[in-house]
Amino acid sequence: MAGVAIEGLSVTYDGVDRSVDALTSLDLTIADGEPVAIIGPSGCGKSTLLLAIAGLVAPAAGRVSVGGRSVEGPRLHTALILQDFGLLPWKTVAHNAALGLEIRRVPAPERERRVAEALERVGLAEFAHAYPAELSGGMRQRLALARALALEADLLLMDEPLSALDALTREDLQGLLLSVWRQRAHTSLLVTHSIEEAVFLGRRVVVLTPRPGRVAAVVENPRQGDEGFRDTPAFYERCAELRALLAAEGAFDDRALTEAE
Amino acid sequence: MGGLTRRVLGYASASLLLLVGWHLVAVLIDSPALPGPVPALAAFGRLFAATLLPEVLVSGWRVAISMAIGTALAVPLGLVIGRSPRLDAVCGPLIFLTYPVPKIVFLPVLLVLLGIGSLSKITLITLIVFFQILVTARDAARGIPAASVLSVRSLGADRWQVFRHVVVPAALPDVFTALRISTGTAIAVLFFTESIAGTDGIGYYIIDAWSRLAYTDMFAGIVAMALLGVVLYEALEVAEARICRWARVGR
Ligand SMILES: Nc1ncnc2c1ncn2[C@@H]1O[C@H](COP(=O)(O)OP(=O)(O)OP(=O)(O)O)[C@@H](O)[C@H]1O
Ligand SMILES: [Mg+2]
Repeated sequence: MAGVAIEGLSVTYDGVDRSVDALTSLDLTIADGEPVAIIGPSGCGKSTLLLAIAGLVAPAAGRVSVGGRSVEGPRLHTALILQDFGLLPWKTVAHNAALGLEIRRVPAPERERRVAEALERVGLAEFAHAYPAELSGGMRQRLALARALALEADLLLMDEPLSALDALTREDLQGLLLSVWRQRAHTSLLVTHSIEEAVFLGRRVVVLTPRPGRVAAVVENPRQGDEGFRDTPAFYERCAELRALLAAEGAFDDRALTEAE
Repeated sequence: MGGLTRRVLGYASASLLLLVGWHLVAVLIDSPALPGPVPALAAFGRLFAATLLPEVLVSGWRVAISMAIGTALAVPLGLVIGRSPRLDAVCGPLIFLTYPVPKIVFLPVLLVLLGIGSLSKITLITLIVFFQILVTARDAARGIPAASVLSVRSLGADRWQVFRHVVVPAALPDVFTALRISTGTAIAVLFFTESIAGTDGIGYYIIDAWSRLAYTDMFAGIVAMALLGVVLYEALEVAEARICRWARVGR
């Protein structure tokens, strides 16, 4: 069970000369196995929200719990894919994928089996002994996903995992994320700048306000995950609805968001 | 093995260039104190097995052990200081005050305290290498991208695991660069200590030949000392290529 409950979450960063409120009294509940997309203006605290759920930043107020347990630090079955993938250049593909398991002291034979499986799943089996610098952007992203898969995580947190990729690779990997989710039914939280990606991968799409972030609106998207959803009129309607909501939040004053379209 | 062939060829052509230059300078200066490469290399060949090799081995052992001890002490300490702001606040100023002091001025003190044998020489070289590596390791640890650390922390890594998986491998290329630079300093200091006090080592041999006015023998010793430097430098190169293989891909 890996439902997420966030109540009145506030996070403050202590800067050099002033402190920044990244999130203020944010409430959000995510059911076990639910795929949720998060979208909002740049700097509104999306990354911070994921870090708080992963137990890497402490709340200034409020609480976060996963699977009914309050989050105090990194949790065994939470996987986080960072905005820049978080790969280590000095480790091979296989070693990068195995890192989470190694840190969690999973025995070597088990580790090898799960890594081989994960690399196979993302199509990187042949590159097990390459270094990240030898991979394309899309392949690096697949590797970051393989690392999360090898953990057999029940909660997958992704911070703009596809934003650095070209349109074709991106669509390909969106399909991969969807099929992995269908197969594993983990709870999934995807931060994205792309409206279409949010609608394609989020059963619910959460819109955040500009900083300090709170939930501005939640768009229900029940047909997400249906075969061929991307080509239906419903998909376009949902995108239009979301775009209108974001415009109301002043999100289009922000260059990054319009460019991501 | 194309790389190896290219390397050997590189060394061969560089040596040839140096020998030709040496020969020209020797002809121009025309002094018994600067014999040309032909007599010097002939002496080198004659003296190598019986006389030079034992001295070079003594010296090589001194440098190698000093660099090993200096590195083994400085790398962990430098990395820990660089990763801990609180420790750095204390040790940083200490390093800044002591680093620029030329350690070589302590040689007389060390000679009195530790004698004129290997111990004083090794201590001095270790001290110098230690500071060079310490400063590099500290700076390297400070410059590690926060994202790399966050990524392993998100996987549940404790402090030790962050060190093992991120801090150490990220800092190693810088440490190797510092080590290769230290080789030059270490050998210079070695020569100085051996020539000032003691009765063995290639530095002693060179100065002894000089005092005997045996200039070709002296140059055979200089060639031997240069070779010692090349061997040490190459050994580090090979070690780095093996340990930091990742740093060579994708560029
Ligand atoms: N380590 C930090 N120290 C100080 N302030 C920070 C830190 N990280 C983030 N902030 C501030 O907190 C706010 C939220 O940052 P966050 O990275 O969560 O935004 P984001 O929504 O992920 O932005 P983007 O869409 O550009 O990735 C920003 O205004 C930022 O300036
Ligand atoms: Mg972000």
